[in-house]
Amino acid sequence: MNETATVIRQAVALAEKPQRNSMLRHARYVISENPVTGFAFALFTLIALCALIGPYVVPHDPLASDTAATLKPPSLAHWFGTDQLGRDIFSRVIAATRLDFFIALSSVALVFAIGGLAGVAAGYFGGWTDRIVSRIADTIMAFPLFVLAMGIVAALGNTVTNIVIATAIINFPLYARVARAEANVRREAGFVLAARLSGNGEARILLLHILPNIMPIMMVQISLTMGYAILNAAGLSFIGLGVRPPTPEWGIMVAEGASNIISGEWWIALFPGAALMLAVFCFNLLGDGLRDLVDPQRRT
Amino acid sequence: MLGLISKRMLLVIPNLIGVVIITFFLTRALPGDPAAYFAGPAATKEAIEQVRAKLGLDKPLVVQFGQYVSDLGHLNLGNSLTTGQPVLTELKNRLPASAELTLFGLILSMVIAVPLGILAAVRQGSSIDHTCRVVVTTGVSLPVFFTGLLLVYAFYFRLGWAPAPLGRLDVFFSAPPQVTGFYLIDSLLNRDLATFCASLSQLLLPGFTLCIFSLAPIARMTRASMLAVLASDFVRTARASGLKSRTVIVTYAFRNATLPVVTTLGMVFSFLLGANVLVEKVFAWPGIGSYAVEALIASDFAPVQGFVLTMAIMYVALNLAIDMLYGVIDPRVRLKG
Repeated sequence: MNETATVIRQAVALAEKPQRNSMLRHARYVISENPVTGFAFALFTLIALCALIGPYVVPHDPLASDTAATLKPPSLAHWFGTDQLGRDIFSRVIAATRLDFFIALSSVALVFAIGGLAGVAAGYFGGWTDRIVSRIADTIMAFPLFVLAMGIVAALGNTVTNIVIATAIINFPLYARVARAEANVRREAGFVLAARLSGNGEARILLLHILPNIMPIMMVQISLTMGYAILNAAGLSFIGLGVRPPTPEWGIMVAEGASNIISGEWWIALFPGAALMLAVFCFNLLGDGLRDLVDPQRRT
Repeated sequence: MLGLISKRMLLVIPNLIGVVIITFFLTRALPGDPAAYFAGPAATKEAIEQVRAKLGLDKPLVVQFGQYVSDLGHLNLGNSLTTGQPVLTELKNRLPASAELTLFGLILSMVIAVPLGILAAVRQGSSIDHTCRVVVTTGVSLPVFFTGLLLVYAFYFRLGWAPAPLGRLDVFFSAPPQVTGFYLIDSLLNRDLATFCASLSQLLLPGFTLCIFSLAPIARMTRASMLAVLASDFVRTARASGLKSRTVIVTYAFRNATLPVVTTLGMVFSFLLGANVLVEKVFAWPGIGSYAVEALIASDFAPVQGFVLTMAIMYVALNLAIDMLYGVIDPRVRLKG
């Protein structure tokens, strides 16, 4: 008995090994083919690092004002300069990473759970489920998305949580449609029929057989919408919704620096804006790179 | 063609119903108790009840919805709390400013993005292709309010080429007599070249800001659909027949590649109408977006609702117009309908 188990384990290890190697090799190939993807992964690591430990390692307190040093241009003491209240912009930009990252990540996670599940159910069951989900998606798509987000935040109340909810709602159609299409082509696939034949319930097939199969494509969707989610949240806080001063957040920091641009103090708005741009750029490139990894046919 | 139009019109109706339902629920979802909110912070319990009855909030939801729809039918969007003006009048006065800006941005973007996409497709893999991709990805990653500020800094503060980013027209000029509401067109109709130049110079920076943001989808789609068409048999035949490559690309390939490009315009408009709000705030543009933002900050609800509804209806209408455009561009669509 013990022997058979060892043999099986060895066989499984043998069967898995070349596959894992080829996956790695494939990833390396895609990255070497398009070095930009490698760069995007590095940038992503940096942003995630800033979000995790940023607030603890910044040189100044992001909230501490210093009336003696207001509106100072970038220098050795203040790398990105200081704002109207003498707060260090470098520290604020780094500390803001966490909040922006959190908003984007949680709204994408939320829409992934709700939109993904609704879409999979619509594609798998068809009929009324499909009609209801598609109708909801169509109705959301009938609005210009940023405008709808504004309306939702205005109605639900001006908080960060509601920004997350609004961003999730406007991304719902994208996720629901992708998940629906992918589930739809798999509903009569061999492995689904086999699972049904061996007595699995519909919910179990949906969650354990279909969902894992469409995961890679959904992952691509996630990284493509992350950038948009960050832009959306920053746009909302730029017009004064959601995040309240003095909380460091990129959108609101650009808004604070906007009036100083005309009088020539460019650094207040430039650095948070650049950080925002870099984050969005990174997620867009990452999405393209992940798509190359997952779907060779659409490789650019 | 008429049959196609009426069929497409019918498809709009469920969309509009959805839009009205969502905006209705947005009105009802006010944080806390709407009646207490409208009565003000110092209101007594009776006053709140009075407001509730006045607003019709004590009635069942279905009755409230009926009231809402009939108000909409009478084009009544309520009054703004801060200015006391009817929302509809304000939106109507401010709409031309937003429309002029959005259309100007879209036209600029088409003029740049379409040739860029064609060039990138014709010389696939060349340096133009790579530049196109970099420019386009950067453009879509730039937050639109940030681009606006950068342009203001460079062209107003540093170079001094652009006028101060404050509204549609410099204070020394008066608005041209209103015909279309578009300053560019009205000033030309009035044969007033000075006003035309003044309003154009105000329009350039916000227009370019919108243009940079919307370059990406148009250029990408033009490139992709041109690549597909250029690889097709009829282009090969045209080439083999010895036609000039200019004729092949412009007359044969591009005409066939326009359909997917027009399709993306729907998405581009969704982007543009949203970005418009942010650009209007940066450039103090007196459009409906900045009106909505001011109302949002003041927690003045009716204008925001009216704004969301107006934008949604405009967007539905634009999508309808885009579908109509199909029939004009592609005779096959016309025959099918």
